[in-house]
Amino acid sequence: MPESDSRPASNLPPLSLHIPEPRYRPGDTPDFGDIVVPEVGATPRPSEDSKPDAMRDMCYGLVRVLDFDGQAKGPWDPKIAPERLRAMLRYMMLVRAFDDRMFRAQRQGKTSFYMKCTGEEATSVASTMALDRSDMCFPSYRQQGILITRDYPLIQMMNQIYSNRGDHLLGRQLPIMYSAPEHGFFSVSGNLATQYPQAVGWAMASASKGDSRIATVWCGEGSSAEGDFHSALTFATVYNAPVIFNVVNNQWAISSFSGFAGGERTTFAARAVGYGIAGLRIDGNDPLAVYAATQWAADRARTNNGPTLIEHFTYRSEGHSTSDDPSAYRPSDEPTIWPFGDPIARLKQHLVTLGEWNEARHEAQRTELDDLVKTTQKQSEKLGILGHGMHQPFETMFQDVFEEMPWHLKEQCDQMLAEQEAKFGPNWKPE
Amino acid sequence: MNMIEAINSAMDVMLERDPNTVVMGEDVGYFGGVFRATAGLQKKHGKTRVFDTPINECGIIGVAVGMGAYGLRPVPEIQFADYIYPGLDQLVSEAARLRYRSANDYICPMTVRTPFGGGIFGGQTHSQSPESIMTHICGVKTVIPSNPYDAKGLLIAAIEDNDPVVFLEPKRIYNGPFSGYYDRPVEPWSKHEASAVPEGHYRIELGKAATVREGEALTILAYGTMVHVTKTIVEEMGVDAEIIDLRTLLPLDIDAIEASVKKTGRCLIIHEATRTSGFGAELAALVQERCFYHLEAPVERVTGFDTPYPHSLEWAYFPGPVRIATALTKILKD
Ligand SMILES: Cc1ncc(C[n+]2csc(CCOP(=O)(O)OP(=O)(O)O)c2C)c(N)n1
Repeated sequence: MPESDSRPASNLPPLSLHIPEPRYRPGDTPDFGDIVVPEVGATPRPSEDSKPDAMRDMCYGLVRVLDFDGQAKGPWDPKIAPERLRAMLRYMMLVRAFDDRMFRAQRQGKTSFYMKCTGEEATSVASTMALDRSDMCFPSYRQQGILITRDYPLIQMMNQIYSNRGDHLLGRQLPIMYSAPEHGFFSVSGNLATQYPQAVGWAMASASKGDSRIATVWCGEGSSAEGDFHSALTFATVYNAPVIFNVVNNQWAISSFSGFAGGERTTFAARAVGYGIAGLRIDGNDPLAVYAATQWAADRARTNNGPTLIEHFTYRSEGHSTSDDPSAYRPSDEPTIWPFGDPIARLKQHLVTLGEWNEARHEAQRTELDDLVKTTQKQSEKLGILGHGMHQPFETMFQDVFEEMPWHLKEQCDQMLAEQEAKFGPNWKPE
Repeated sequence: MNMIEAINSAMDVMLERDPNTVVMGEDVGYFGGVFRATAGLQKKHGKTRVFDTPINECGIIGVAVGMGAYGLRPVPEIQFADYIYPGLDQLVSEAARLRYRSANDYICPMTVRTPFGGGIFGGQTHSQSPESIMTHICGVKTVIPSNPYDAKGLLIAAIEDNDPVVFLEPKRIYNGPFSGYYDRPVEPWSKHEASAVPEGHYRIELGKAATVREGEALTILAYGTMVHVTKTIVEEMGVDAEIIDLRTLLPLDIDAIEASVKKTGRCLIIHEATRTSGFGAELAALVQERCFYHLEAPVERVTGFDTPYPHSLEWAYFPGPVRIATALTKILKD
């Protein structure tokens, strides 16, 4: 083997390896002035049965509906009734109130872990509103907005976060890895992107049964680098599966910027081009654009015109999780100068512009939602918090590995029960 | 029926009986599979029930998990067990844990069929025996048939099972039982009583071993191809061995193993897979834990060597007659 610093004699210039680097690091003054923000209304709206070829430009543009003055314009305006716009705003505000409260609960030591979706509320709330309730969602861990928009009981989310005795997942799963089949919400996995081919399989099953339901799936731009992403898009295009792929491009995957998922060279929506799938790149902080794009893709899927990939161009405003400190890898003011603003503020402004909302109502709603979350939290905490006692019967640890417990698990269960009896005595009951 | 026909028949029966059964994999549709295991099934049951897939094992298993969540009963094929690794994350992290992590909200009633094992000059990537990787995954059942009758009954039971099952098919014995003597002609299954396979539906319960030969001198634990190799050598040597075909590695029929070893006092474990951390290690530990005071000799293992599976030196690698005979002599010495 040659030594690492020697190379064979050659006239050719030395090659150089490119290691992507985000434009700004802590201490830098970020400037996003060069991000292309097309005029609202400039992006055409092809028909839902367009051939993927005709969709190419959509992968490099940006679907926008709300301008920064709060006006809805252009062919993508979904023309939602004010009533529903207010519902959308309420759900997004509820997600944020929930996130803030649960983040604090983790900081207070009431649970081990939490992940917020601050700044990305539109990407789950608005898309869920554009779906049918019976459509199936395969989320990542940052789409709590789906559950909230489908009116999943907040207390059940909290019980899961606390792993308390109300947790229907029996304390087995890390906080926020919810599962809610009655609400069309697939069990969240810790392994990134695995839900992508699963959603395609669900959609294929629905199609093969002549059902009318479609599947939707979300992942972050970082996770789009996983092999499962390629598997999913390949299967979806081969079988023309009725599925909507969402890539939430919030610029960051923990500390890695989107360049490490290939974002320096092209858009994430453009991944669709190579698969012959329709692609849409949208302003993910524009709830109306998210709604419109999802509606477009859902109509397309429902009429057997095949899958759509939607890139939600957005920004992860807060840390990756309660275990993360973003000031270690990006400037602290980056979230505030991000050019697309805040999805809640933008929808609020739109409603105010329409004369359908005002500051007083907004404040009243914020207080109401904070109170709702706080009251629910108190109820949930009555069922226990993590670390204050054990909340599940011990033997539940061994149940559901298989439908029926095989002998080796029974033996291990007995061993564990004996250990716990030695520790706590024979009359122990879950708290 | 030979083993291929029996496996084909099991899928045919299940496709007929349960409209939620779907069969999929590389080349399984129109062509009927590289080993012909799915021959004719697409024509009979239609393209949405039996179809070809892209060459993507992660996709095959991942899509099957999603189909299971919808309510189907997918039977994906991985063309060779040596190629299951790209799909392993979907198997380990998803299929195996779905019921547990969702506390029964979602289940994965999937049966992954895959040909495995050596003895066919398959070289490194058409010969592997990855069963101990499967048995180490909690939440997956591992089944290995050794003859046509069992293959059909076990496969039907696997497809009907509501848990994910990895169904490993010993491809060396697809057409006939293998004696271990590669220089002798293979007898077709038609000369064997296990080739009498009923046309219709029947099941063999998972988790139950079969005693292939009763005996007093020692207990031999084997599965798949090695059941037949072992039987040949035992008969040649005139050893009064009790041969147990495990059939299901997980859940394991511990009662059958324990009863036999307690009776014979000696235990020999035989598998093709590499030795270190192979399934034989688990078996040896269990026997030692449960039968220690009945053992009259150390538990022995006859296995493949801890090398990748070679091409030209296949018969030096394969745990054949000489290795088995040596082990038998040793274990019966005192
Ligand atoms: C297969 C796998 N690899 C690594 C991780 C660790 N991990 C958890 S979240 C994460 C970043 C994901 O980023 P992205 O997909 O952009 O989603 P975001 O967190 O921004 O929503 C990583 C690397 C994991 N959970 N699974």
